[in-house]
Parts: sequence; structure tokens; C-alpha cells
Amino acid sequence: MQYLLLINDEESDDRVDLMPEYMAYTQALRDSGALVDANQLQPSGTATTVRVRNGETLVTDGPFIETKETLGGYYVIDVETLDEALEWAAKIPSARFGHVEIRPVVMRQAEVGA
Amino acid sequence: MSTPLEELFREEHGRVLATLIGVLGDFDRAEDALQDAVAVALERWPREGVPSNPAGWLVAVAKNRAIDQIRRTRTLERKTELLERLEPQPMEETAIPDERLSLVFTCCHPALGIESQIALTLRSLGGLETAEIARAFLVPETTMAQRLVRAKRKVRDAGIPFRVPSDEQLPERLAAVLRVVYLVFNAGYGPPVRRELCNEAIRLAAMLALLMPDESEVHGLHALMLFLDARRDARMRDGEIVLLESQDRELWDGLEIDAGHRALERARSLPTRGPYLLQAGIAEAHSDGVPDWPRIAGLYGRLAELDPSPVVELNRAVAVAMSDGPSAGLEALNRIEGLDGYYLFHSARADLLRRIGLPAADAYRRAIELAPSEVERTFLRGRLSEVQR
Repeated sequence: MQYLLLINDEESDDRVDLMPEYMAYTQALRDSGALVDANQLQPSGTATTVRVRNGETLVTDGPFIETKETLGGYYVIDVETLDEALEWAAKIPSARFGHVEIRPVVMRQAEVGA
Repeated sequence: MSTPLEELFREEHGRVLATLIGVLGDFDRAEDALQDAVAVALERWPREGVPSNPAGWLVAVAKNRAIDQIRRTRTLERKTELLERLEPQPMEETAIPDERLSLVFTCCHPALGIESQIALTLRSLGGLETAEIARAFLVPETTMAQRLVRAKRKVRDAGIPFRVPSDEQLPERLAAVLRVVYLVFNAGYGPPVRRELCNEAIRLAAMLALLMPDESEVHGLHALMLFLDARRDARMRDGEIVLLESQDRELWDGLEIDAGHRALERARSLPTRGPYLLQAGIAEAHSDGVPDWPRIAGLYGRLAELDPSPVVELNRAVAVAMSDGPSAGLEALNRIEGLDGYYLFHSARADLLRRIGLPAADAYRRAIELAPSEVERTFLRGRLSEVQR
């Protein structure tokens, strides 16, 4: 099963540099064969929200909902069950400071059979 | 009243369902198949007699039914694979593996809310009907049905595993399972008392004890609930709780106390010492003719170390007062913080002050202010007027 791990954390400059830890973590995921995709995102200050209502496009600055902890990156992993996903999620460096939300990815029927 | 056949189905429900979920990989499909098999059994067994291995029979029939069902709706590659795995079985009575443990850990997975964990455990392992669970937890049946549907959907769509957790995860996950069982017991212990929940919790603990014989806390919880349940007929009178020291011991269930001793014995023969074992030890000490207060105080002390809480400290202070005298008890009591809003703290303190001969009126007044029912207030007012004399 595939899971999306959404990494949410406060955007502060005085946070210790987690980059070396993230590199090691990503490598471990890759080595285990579970890594599907991963990306770090630019800070939420760069976010733009778009909605279309009655054919009209509304563009606003910033994320749709302002929260203290913001989406900073994600992993997509392919593992057997939620327990493995939980184990990997708990090892994400930012889990110690912010939180990680785990969302199972919908597998369409055609993909399941393939 | 339930018929012997209904009793039998209930008895075998968890085991058969667990096996079917293991094979079919899906709660709903397993439940449907089991329901079909039970319908066939209800028709045949009264006529042809109950097979010697009813669980094996139900699994075989349910599996064949599931195969038919899958054949009818075969659209997916995945189902075809499943079909190939599921060889149709002749109606012989084969021994089925006991997969109830996997099912318990699925039902009590921390990714499910605690209310869902409880509902799913009672429904699938206890074999309680949705309506019964709804009644026991005082919610409408539709609410409970929705809760179960949502929980099963999450198990399936979030990929909650059907297996016993890894050694690394086991302690935490087992603690979650035991918590669910004890919550079921407490919900039944009342007031109001709901016997079926207490029975179900004890049955679940007995099952866990059978399947995990080396886990001390499983036996500890089993023993604790047996000791508490043994006092069920003595602890309520006219809808009011009767305190332990005022209970009529003739009403205690001696057989259940014996069973508690045996379960505790097993727990003690294993290396670890957890909070349930300690609480069972305390419950055991209270079940003896004359409570061994120094021992009870010691057990509360160890419980406080494992699981610090001011209420445990309060119980320890009361036990210290019984074993070493009111002054020692008061000393322990005065060290407790965070119970100023708890009436039992003030009533215990007032009682100790009175016995030492110190002014106790203020403590009684505070306890009366906080007491939850008229029965307690009346009792405390009586004591207050005594000390004011």
C-alpha cells in the first residue's frame, strides 16, 4: 500500500539544521525499497491559493488555512501495512518537533490488478 | 434467554470470524460469510445434530459461501487471485488456526479512536450484537452501527494490519488492548451495573491469558477483574454503593475469588511487575479475612512509582494510616498535591484529624461542599456534628 506522509512543522530559523538527518533518513527509505517520492516545499510564505467559483478564478496570497505548523514537505512510501508506515513516519526528523500526518493513497482498480 | 445454539455461536464467533478475516482479508466479507454459515447451521444442526467441531464446520461453510459470492461478483484481478488461494473445501472438519489474537490487535489499533476500539472488540470478538453494544454504552443503535462501519472502513482503507505486532511494538500495543478490556469492565461495573459488559471483559481477559500465557499483565488484569467482580452482589444496596469495609462478605463469590488467586499466581510466576498485577495484589489483599494493611500500603507505593497519580497516593496514605496509625497517614496525606477539589481527599483528611484529636471541622466542611451525593453528605454531616460537640 502507498502512504503519503505529510510533514508539518513550525517555520522557524532557530531550528537545528535537520538536513543531514533528512539525507540519512531518505537514503534509508530508498535502501529499504519503500521510497516512491519525496520533496521539501518552499516556506508557506510562497503559497498561493486558487479557487474557481461560477467560472471565476479567485487567487489569494498564502495557504488556504493559516496554521502555526505548516506543510513543509512530504514522502510517498510503499509498504505492507499501516504499522510499517507508522514506523517510518516516527523516524522523520521533524516528527520530534512538529507532526506527521499519514494518509493512505487511493489505489484505482486498474492499478490494483496491474 | 438465549438458546444453547445461540450460546454456541457466541462462544465460537470470535474464533471463526478471526479465521475468516485472516483468509478473506476483509472484515465485511468475513462477517457476511459467517452470517450465511450461521443461517445454514440454524437450518441443519437441529435436524442433523451439531458437528463435533462446530468452529471448523462454520469456517468451511463460510469459506465456500465467500467463494460463491466472489464468483458472482468477479470483476477484479485481485478477487480472482483470492479465489485461487481459497480452494473450495470438502465438508470435513479440519482444525482451524486460532487467529483471535491477530484480530484483537486489529480491533485495538491506536489508529482507531478508543470508542471504535471498544465497539469493534465487543462486536467481533465478543460477538455482541450492535444493538446490545449500543444499549450498554447508552447511544442510539444507528450511532453505534455508524461507528462500527467507519471503524471497519478505516481498518481496510488505512491498511491496519491483521497480525500480532512485532516484539518492538508489542508492549505498547498490548497495553492498548488491556486498556480496552478494562474500560469495558469499568463501563459494566457501574453504577449503573451492566453485567454483560463485566462478563465480556472477563471472557476477553481469559482468552488473552490462554493465547498469551507469558504476559504477566494479562493474568494481572484477569485476576484484578475477577476479584472486583466477586464483590458484585455485595457492593450495591438499594442503588447505592456499599464501601468495601461495610460489605457483607457472605455475598462475595468464593469461586471467583479462587479463580482470581489462581490468575494472580500465574502473573506472579512471570518476570515483569506491571500496574495491573499490583492492583490485583491490592484487590486480593482486600479479599482476605483481615486486610494486610502494611502490604497494601507497600503495593500502593510501588504502584505510585510505576504510574504516579495523586489518587494512588491518597489510597496509599489511607493504607499507611491503617497500618502505622493516623499520624503517619496524615503525614503522607499532607504531602499530596493536586487533590484540593477531590472530596475523598478532604473526607480522609478529616477522618485522620478526628482520630488524632486535632480540629477536623474545617476539613469536614470542605468535604461536605464537594461530596457528590446526599448519602455522603449526610454521613459527613453526622461526623461534623460529632467533632463539634
